[in-house]
Amino acid sequence: MTIGLGHYLTVAACLFTLGIFGIFLNRKNVIVILMSVELMLLAVNINFVAFSHFNADLVGQIFTLFILTVAAAETAIGLAIIVVYYRNRGTIAVEDINQMRG
Amino acid sequence: MTTAFFFYLFAILAVASGAMVVFAKNPVHAVLFLILTFFNAAGLFVLLGAEFLAMLLVVVYVGAVAVLFLFVVMMLDVDFAELKAGLIKNAPVGLLVGGVVLAELVALVAFHGITVSPGRAAAVATPEGVTNTQAIGQLLYTKYVYFFQGAGMVLLVAMIGAIVLTLRHRENVKRQSVAAQVARGPATGVEVVKVPSGGFDIPPATKPEAAE
Repeated sequence: MTIGLGHYLTVAACLFTLGIFGIFLNRKNVIVILMSVELMLLAVNINFVAFSHFNADLVGQIFTLFILTVAAAETAIGLAIIVVYYRNRGTIAVEDINQMRG
Repeated sequence: MTTAFFFYLFAILAVASGAMVVFAKNPVHAVLFLILTFFNAAGLFVLLGAEFLAMLLVVVYVGAVAVLFLFVVMMLDVDFAELKAGLIKNAPVGLLVGGVVLAELVALVAFHGITVSPGRAAAVATPEGVTNTQAIGQLLYTKYVYFFQGAGMVLLVAMIGAIVLTLRHRENVKRQSVAAQVARGPATGVEVVKVPSGGFDIPPATKPEAAE
């Protein structure tokens, strides 16, 4: 039994859907929302690497490298914002953030 | 056969632990399951011949990002049970959106098919006689060198941003002032006290509190 491109795309689709579902399920907990975003980026990475392998084109792996970079930066900034928000408000419930509108 | 076995092992574990990230009650458990997901995804990358990216995933994600998550989850003393309230209320809309996206992905593949460039289907991404890391380096540092520099700038901005956001100067906390210490010279550091000789009347110290 050979593992084709479709197998990898199925795994990536499952992970991506789980990420979307997690964002809606844990709407109050912003840390879990960030983790769900990481899951979605991971699914995209799996797609890129799978296409890179089956198309014999290394550029997909290069792009995955840049996605990893941006994801790490996004996580660092997001967690820093969470820490600052917790310091000011004492909670991380994201539904109260709309009070910041001025 | 071995490839198929390991593919199904990694795939099932990745999807199952990804589900546990979403459904876990304790956020610490969620982060640990996220680490497991990344490890299994790294296994899938190895199966696809992308060894460098697999190791990068383990180093960057498990070593840095997941530990950062763990650090923040444990540092913030948040009542997570309260945040879990309303979980059931949000489930239907999440199922709706997730189901729509999944249906779209499945329908796209079912009706359009997966396109692989003709004639290259049997080829390997890494050229003959070159390791995967070397091949990526030869491409990254020549054709995509500006993008590489741009990625470095993104990381620099993220680092400065995180420091600027979380750094705070608390008032009434005693701190070491390096500039004041370095600028201290003989003129300000030593005080010469004139002691009159040959008498019992030693004058009291001018500033008794100065030593503290």
